Amino acid sequence: MPGKLKAKIVAGRHLPVMDRASDLTDAFVEVKFGNTTFKTDVYPKSLNPQWNSEWFKFEVDDEDLQDEPLQITVLDHDTYSANDAIGKVYIDIDPLLCSEAATVISGWLPIYDTIHGIRGEINVLVKVDLFNDLNRFRQSSCGVKFFCTTSIPRCYRAVMVHGFVEELVVNEDPEYQWIDRIRTPRASNEARQRLIFLMSGELQRKIGLKVLEMGGNAVVGYLQCFDLEGETGLVVRAIGTACTLEKISTLPATATHPSNSSPSKDMKDSPQAAPSTLGCRSTHSSPVHSASSRLSQGFSVSVPTLLFAGMKPRHRSSEAPRARQCRPGFGEEAPGVPLSSGPPTPLRAQTFSSFSPSKSYSRQSSSSDTELSLTPKTGMGSGGSAGKEAGPLKALLRQQTQSALEQREYPFFTLTAFPPGFLLHVGGVVSARSVKLLDRIHNPDEPETRDAWWEEIRQEIKSHAKALGCHAVVGYSESTSICEEVCILSASGTAAILSSRFMQDGSLDTEHRLSRQPLCVFSTGSERVEGDMGSSASLGFEEVVPPGCGFCHIPYDELNIPFPAQLTYCYCCRRYKVPDVLFTTIDLPTEANVTGKGCLIQARLCRTKKKAQGEGNATAISNLLPFLEYELHTQLMNKLKLRGMNALFGLRIQISVGETMLLGLASATGVYLTALPSPGGIQVAGKTPSDITYEQHISNMQKKINDTISKNKELHEINPPEVVEEIIGSPIPEPRQRSRLFRSHSESSDEVSELDLSHGKKDAFVLEIDDTDAVEDIHALLTDSPTPAGFYSCNTEIMPGIQNWTSAIQMFTSVRVFRLNANLTNQGLNKIFSDLCENLLKSLYFKLRSMVPCCLCHLNFTVAIPEDELIQVAVTAVAMSFDKEQSLENGKQSGEKTLIKAITENDEQLQFNLELNAETSSPNPLSSPKGLSEVGSHPSARASSLEKASPLPEGRSRSLRSNRSYSGSSVAVVKMTPLSFIPGAKIIKYLGIINMFFIRETTSLREEGGVSGFLHTFIAEVFAMVRAHVAALGGNAVVSYSMKECVFMENPNKNQAQCLINVSGDAVIFIQESELESTSVQTQSATTHTSNGGEGT
Amino acid sequence: MLFKKMSMELDVFVGNTTVLDEDVYQLWLDGQTVTDAVRIRIEAGALQECEANAEVLLSDTMDQFRTFQMCERLLQSPSKVANQLLFQIPPHRQTMLIERYYEFDSMFAREVLGKKLSKGTKKDLDDIGSKTGIVLKSCRRQFDNFKRVFKVVEELKGPLVENIQRHFLLSDVLARDYAAIVFFANSRFETGKRKLQYLSFQDFAFCAGQLISYWTVGAVDNVVENMDVDLEKEFLHDLKDLKVLVNDKDMLDQHKSLVCAQLRGKIKVFSEMEASFKNLSRALVNIASKLTHTKDVRDLFIDLVEKFIEPCRSDKWTIGDLRLFLTHYSSSVHTLEAFRRQVIWDRYMGVIKSCILKMYHD
Repeated sequence: MPGKLKAKIVAGRHLPVMDRASDLTDAFVEVKFGNTTFKTDVYPKSLNPQWNSEWFKFEVDDEDLQDEPLQITVLDHDTYSANDAIGKVYIDIDPLLCSEAATVISGWLPIYDTIHGIRGEINVLVKVDLFNDLNRFRQSSCGVKFFCTTSIPRCYRAVMVHGFVEELVVNEDPEYQWIDRIRTPRASNEARQRLIFLMSGELQRKIGLKVLEMGGNAVVGYLQCFDLEGETGLVVRAIGTACTLEKISTLPATATHPSNSSPSKDMKDSPQAAPSTLGCRSTHSSPVHSASSRLSQGFSVSVPTLLFAGMKPRHRSSEAPRARQCRPGFGEEAPGVPLSSGPPTPLRAQTFSSFSPSKSYSRQSSSSDTELSLTPKTGMGSGGSAGKEAGPLKALLRQQTQSALEQREYPFFTLTAFPPGFLLHVGGVVSARSVKLLDRIHNPDEPETRDAWWEEIRQEIKSHAKALGCHAVVGYSESTSICEEVCILSASGTAAILSSRFMQDGSLDTEHRLSRQPLCVFSTGSERVEGDMGSSASLGFEEVVPPGCGFCHIPYDELNIPFPAQLTYCYCCRRYKVPDVLFTTIDLPTEANVTGKGCLIQARLCRTKKKAQGEGNATAISNLLPFLEYELHTQLMNKLKLRGMNALFGLRIQISVGETMLLGLASATGVYLTALPSPGGIQVAGKTPSDITYEQHISNMQKKINDTISKNKELHEINPPEVVEEIIGSPIPEPRQRSRLFRSHSESSDEVSELDLSHGKKDAFVLEIDDTDAVEDIHALLTDSPTPAGFYSCNTEIMPGIQNWTSAIQMFTSVRVFRLNANLTNQGLNKIFSDLCENLLKSLYFKLRSMVPCCLCHLNFTVAIPEDELIQVAVTAVAMSFDKEQSLENGKQSGEKTLIKAITENDEQLQFNLELNAETSSPNPLSSPKGLSEVGSHPSARASSLEKASPLPEGRSRSLRSNRSYSGSSVAVVKMTPLSFIPGAKIIKYLGIINMFFIRETTSLREEGGVSGFLHTFIAEVFAMVRAHVAALGGNAVVSYSMKECVFMENPNKNQAQCLINVSGDAVIFIQESELESTSVQTQSATTHTSNGGEGT
Repeated sequence: MLFKKMSMELDVFVGNTTVLDEDVYQLWLDGQTVTDAVRIRIEAGALQECEANAEVLLSDTMDQFRTFQMCERLLQSPSKVANQLLFQIPPHRQTMLIERYYEFDSMFAREVLGKKLSKGTKKDLDDIGSKTGIVLKSCRRQFDNFKRVFKVVEELKGPLVENIQRHFLLSDVLARDYAAIVFFANSRFETGKRKLQYLSFQDFAFCAGQLISYWTVGAVDNVVENMDVDLEKEFLHDLKDLKVLVNDKDMLDQHKSLVCAQLRGKIKVFSEMEASFKNLSRALVNIASKLTHTKDVRDLFIDLVEKFIEPCRSDKWTIGDLRLFLTHYSSSVHTLEAFRRQVIWDRYMGVIKSCILKMYHD
């Protein structure tokens, strides 16, 4: 009996009229936990009852405390007939079970009914007394903290990062039980809501147990999802990263800063701060195995890119590796790369090897090395063969790379941002997908089958990571898309090498390193790179690597590049190799050197498919997937180049399956990493240059593309510092760069860029338009309209190049559903889908125009095909205003290659301060304008190119700032944001996880304003309930908020609609930096805070 | 629509802080349809903002209209706006929403003024709408607002303006206008006669303010329980005693000579004044003495116009002349030794004087 739950019902307000005769209500409340129920007295004839009940006490096991919600039902007493339910409140008491989270739940909570929505509010008080029972962790895992945040929460320090935890529970879906035929929709909805509550609780408890076993005390990056499989059941699954966290008190918190700041300094001092380009490698994978052992179709694709950069000590003298030609080492990664030969797609293949583009392109096309090619028509077959080929290689690699990390079952981390020094190198994106048939599950009520499915996928991911020479996967996530009986399981992440510092087996990195040595010997590339491995790669990590570029340095062996890649020496440190393009699923590391600003890049694709059933359907989907993925990748690459950028962060590819089509949406934030080579342009080439008008057409197009690129560069302030005083050579001015393209074009590829680093990277990447597909691609490229003046957008936590956020934030959710009215071709569909997304973005900008200058951060698109011919797009993001004047300065700074940092990240701020202090010895760094300008004149501020940073239109920033505090309202303001921080504020306490699931149904759709009115109300209600629960916990914000599910179904003929929404986030208490400032005593902490305050407001 | 091959089935945008566009709010309040609102916004140059297109504007307008519609229920009991949980709206925006919701067109208010706020009147809104050019939907909202405010404060004790402010959270200015409307609706003053058409809502609102301030129970006695909506019965009764001013011939002559002595050479219309003094004085005193009858209270304004303002106007009195005349007409009564009802007289004439001056224009 380890716990006592106590609840007190205080009052109600705004209750609905339940008795028409008196226009009043005789309300009473039932309080239920587990099987125990208490009732309050009836408070007659009032819409604002004052029950002021006694404390209702439940003595329960803590296991139940974790699993069960407290259920409060408000009813209207009726003497003659059954009492009418007004509505319910479910309270998750998990936050009360952890000593460091909330201690009491107290406040007004909306009373919710699945048919009528919110019907008044109830004021309750809930407490838990946990008895001190030493054994209490046996069955339960009370005390394990959960965070949705995918980085180490702000007021904690990671002592240890234990690794991946996952769990999955299955139950029958109440909506599909026989009893559903005879019960009311309300009863059915409530059964579902309650079941999901219970399952989430159970899941969390089980994961907690695993964490305790591992010796951790928290789960970070906790991601819980539902799969509404239908007949076969309802699955709740979750993944997360087990950690041992240690709370840091406010003052000590600042102690960590100095350490952070030093790296930045180092980096500044380092002579090699010059920008260098990293080559990036992308590969495309094709379907590897098409049928799994089960009845279901199994199929997986590994994703394209592998990029990676790390700060591994690489002494290799090898120069620009010409790896581009490498054969796809591993089947899974293969497709994209080798594609070159196939006529239609080949061209696009170029995209990947941006570095050598024109070169490799011309080479490839001429050489027509088709062996590896994977064209859509023949694709499957060749993909398969590639896979086979890869088999042995893989096995070898596997043997060779044995590290302690790999001995873990899954060296995965759901984190997207890391403590300084943890992330060493990034290899590139790895992903796997698998198509399964739900009706083939033998024992649907048990989780085994699904467990096995996921295991398969995770293994796949693990092996992809290995192929990239990485021992870990970071930024890892899993998702599903279900249509009837077909289910696509997807997983993706970023292959990486992590420092052992936060892991138990400290030695593993070294081991790993050593074990990799043999790898060098083994080359997969068809061409050997001349770079001999002279220097064995295995130097220790101890070597100091500049933090701003280290993660870009390749983790894999350059002789063994698993896919064609152009490597160059890092443009920052000049010591290690970097790829020409880097794709990742993580956030931009805060210490990364970035030039200019970032922007949202999306690839959108629609593919029709025939209606089919069962296995045939699964096969059809499996066959389509690789092409979908490949094309998405190509689009991403093209768009990236078009913006003059060389890296993607936060890449999220969502594939949604419907009866007659597949939708693919890839979103990421493009940036220009200073360490990577500058991307070449895009060159359009006609295959049959016979016709004059055709040539004209092409040159027009080329001109358009060139214009767009330069416009984009200006827009995003990408003025890579010229490499002036660096050893390697003179800056290459634009025109030259372009001419170089042509040159390189004619050049024989093989000898290109031995030592001349400034050389190869300038290659343009050629788009050949020899078919309609390509023309379409180009159009698609050019139709993306730029963001309106004053707006920026990204899908990551941090917008590179902007730091001086004001505290004005606006989180929003927008949902659109489109009906396709005609039979459409793929092109037609693509166009529609793309326009749909573009228009949605335009609408968002317009809506939020009063916040300019502002950035839409964490733009998270979710697509679904709710039924045939319907496309649903849901977006959740936060608009954050920033202060323009400072942003100019920041632009300069970034131009100077000082670190780009997340504003609120304390460490970074501190770095900033230190710089200030060092240079200006200004005692008060707070005076930002002054301080900043001083920085501007800092001697080291040599880069002149910064001046180009385009100033945003002057103007409204001022007025926006006034928004920031809305005091005086009788309802506490609760901020919500999908980010892990609140600008201008410091999070002082995490109160627990918010994980809520609601169903809303109506049988009077028209009366509620049609589908839009219905959903608008429902979303507003969900926000209101989240805010109310957070406020009741004592919080004033939700961070890392996300809407993980929004399933909308309608039947306008019957005037009905139903919607399910699942949201989650972390409830926190924050204080404005400005308030903190006044209280902080210590000088050091004071500096930090003030600087935050200065920037935040 | 942009694409023929598809249609927007559903389109919503929900902000954690409710997004409200004041210009669109005004269009909604004006009762515009979404289509008209989009047209008006385009004409106002909305397309120049933020690279918008017509579709974006349509989507935004529909969304905003829906938001306002959802808020409307709350706005009808403004005290709920601050403690509801559904919309997170900063206090200053809440104030704006409420204030604007209760603002009305004075053209409309002028039409409704003094009418019974009943279903019957509501049926006439069509006519009022076509007469004033105000969209019917907007007329309905304004009418319902009048009615709602009226119902709430009708039975409340205490100062009318404060009651309105407390229950509807309106600004002082707007609350005063509502007080006028409530006051007129309660006493059912005649305002619709042709001869009164030249008077604006603001003229009447001013007069109502005067009446509320000086002639109601609350005016003399600040005890909170007193009602502000009705004129003080006792005072009206006492007004009968003023008759002596015109019935007693000596007193009338004396009054006239006092006034003439003061005004000689000071007003242009001296001779006209001298000639019509007795008529004018008789008119004002008769109006006063009849106010015990509800019917005559209703006719207060038409009586003032017909019996006093029109004669003056036909004699081409200037407003300055009128002011001087009324000032001395009113003050010289103090020197009439036989007259005992000085207090009543002042209370009566103070209001009448300012009302006449306000109403004396073309």
